[in-house]
Formats: sequence, C-alpha cells, structure tokens
Amino acid sequence: MSESNTAVVNKTSNVRRILLIPLAFFFVLITILALGFRLDDPHLLPSVLIDRPFPEFSLTELHEPARVLTVSDLKGEVALVNVWATWCPNCVIEHPVLMRIANEEGVPLYGINYNDESVKARRWLERYGNPYQFNMVDNEGKLGIDLGVYGAPETFLLDRKGVIQFKHVGAVTPALWSSTLEPLIKQLRSES
Amino acid sequence: MIRLSVFVVLLALISPGFAAIDAYSFPNDELRDRYHTLIDELRCPQCLNTNLAGSDSMISKDLRREVHRLLLEGRTDDEVLDFMHERYGDFILYEPRVSTGTLVLWFGPLLLLLLALIIGFRVANRRSSVRELTEDEQNQFAKLIDPQLIDPQFIDPQFIDAAKEKN
Repeated sequence: MSESNTAVVNKTSNVRRILLIPLAFFFVLITILALGFRLDDPHLLPSVLIDRPFPEFSLTELHEPARVLTVSDLKGEVALVNVWATWCPNCVIEHPVLMRIANEEGVPLYGINYNDESVKARRWLERYGNPYQFNMVDNEGKLGIDLGVYGAPETFLLDRKGVIQFKHVGAVTPALWSSTLEPLIKQLRSES
Repeated sequence: MIRLSVFVVLLALISPGFAAIDAYSFPNDELRDRYHTLIDELRCPQCLNTNLAGSDSMISKDLRREVHRLLLEGRTDDEVLDFMHERYGDFILYEPRVSTGTLVLWFGPLLLLLLALIIGFRVANRRSSVRELTEDEQNQFAKLIDPQLIDPQFIDPQFIDAAKEKN
C-alpha cells in the first residue's frame, strides 16, 4: 500500500515538473515584452538605413533653382542632413538648436525641404534664419521615401564617405547634441 | 436564429475602411486589384496600426502614389514589397519577412502549440496508464470492499463477485 503511494507521488511530481515549463516560458515572455515595450516609443521606427550609403538623388536647390544637387555634394565631411518643412511645428522648435550647431560647432548642415512649397519655404527661412549650406527641394517626398522618412523633422548624421551613421526622428535638442551627436561626430572625424 | 444569421452576414461584410480617396487610374483590372491588395498589406509607418489603404496621413498618400507608380512600371508584387521593406524595414509589412529577427514571431506560437500538445499527451497518458490489478492486489481490494457497507452501485461489477466471495 505504501509502496503504491510512493509510486503515485513520484508520478505526480514528474507531471508537475513538466507543467512548470510553460510557466517558465510565460515568465520569460512577459519579461521580454515588458522590456521591449518600455525601451522605445512605438512611434519611432528603427532605421534600416544605418551603415548604408545615402541614397542617390538629383534635386534643385531652394534658392538657386538652376543648381542641381546630388549625393556627392553631401560627401567629403562629417555632416548633418535635416529634413524639414513649413507645415512642421517641431521644426520651428528645433530651429534655434540647428542655428547654434551650424554657426558655433562648425558642422556642415544640409537641409531637405520635404513635401513643401518653395515660396513658403524661402519665406520660412527668412523669418527663422537659415543654418543650411544648401537646401534640397523634395516637393514630392521621393528622397524622403528613399530615406525611410515618415514625418518631419528627421535628422541624419553622415560620415565623410556619405554613409548614414545615425538617424534621429523628432526635434534635435541640446540634450541630443551633447549626449549623442557631438561624441559621434568627434568619433567619425577621427576615423580615416 | 434569423437575427444571428443576419448578424453574422453583416459582420462578414465589414471591410477595411476605404478612408483614402485617391483618383488613381489603372490600364486594367488586374493592376487595380493588385494595387488594392498591396495597400492592404502595407502598414502606414506613422500610424502604428493602420494599413496604407485606411490612412489619410501624408506619408500614406505618398506611399500609395509610389505603389501605383511601381505597378505601372511593371514591377511584381514582391518587388513592390521589397521596395518598401528596403526603406522602412520589417515594420511596414503586415506579414514580416522570415529572418533571424522575426523567427520567434513566426515560429514561436507554433513551438508553444507543440509544447502544449506534448505536455497534454504526457499528462493524458499518465492517467490512462492504469493497469490491471494483480491477483494479490485484487484480493486486497476485495477485502476492503464490503458490499454490505457500500452501496453496490458504486462498485465496479468485476469486484462485486470477488468481494462477495471474500467477505
């Protein structure tokens, strides 16, 4: 009698041990999901363009319509490319930060006027200031699409060879400059 | 019953909202159908949970225009999806590509199901691995069961005779 009792107890604990597996799996899953949902704002897509060369394009300049810009105009120096538009309120907010970076930090800043109207864009720059070396007119948003842009403002950091090293969705802030952009620029500049 | 049927039919007729009104022309129905299928399968990058068909956002309008352009250029459905995936990543496809990053997404539920089935089997089999009692055990059992104390309807018939014999 007691022998069969022991046998029954062993079988039960084996069953119980197997049932712990899905429970453990569940806790692992919960942890992964909790971390994943907390880490990033789901509105921000990870950029698939990191480490890929800036896409080819052929666009006119905002103030000189006869001038055609291509990707080679972005190469040669570590540079920032900023996607902006007159309909974009956060672009107004980030603008003073870009002005400061362009004027005081000695980093070339190139603008992409995205899905906009050139007359409005020129007026906007007169009003708020123009930190850009030049502005590419992307009225149809095609260069934006090639860059995986889905709103404005967005800012890309390019190395000397025109390879995208970093992308930021949203306004550039002083905090972003000191924590991420400045150190990255220093690092890229020190590379060959 | 009629109300239920009507409800089910109406439920089935709910289609994805045709919120986007674009006047795109196609040379034939096949391209138009492919267009509609593709914009259903592509997610709006800005909207978190809407497809290109149902979104009015600027980027969705631009991307619909691109799908239209690519189809008129003669690209295949896969080429259109590749175009979007190259620029926007896994997120833009409602059916993500099978890659190391998405393996868990694709096969995780299947593995879980297999695990559940295996565990279910083993638990069920334990219960059904009831074996016949040996002669000795039958005698022991028969001694314990006294039909005069326990209502015979609760005792398995094979034991009643043995019990009557032993007691």
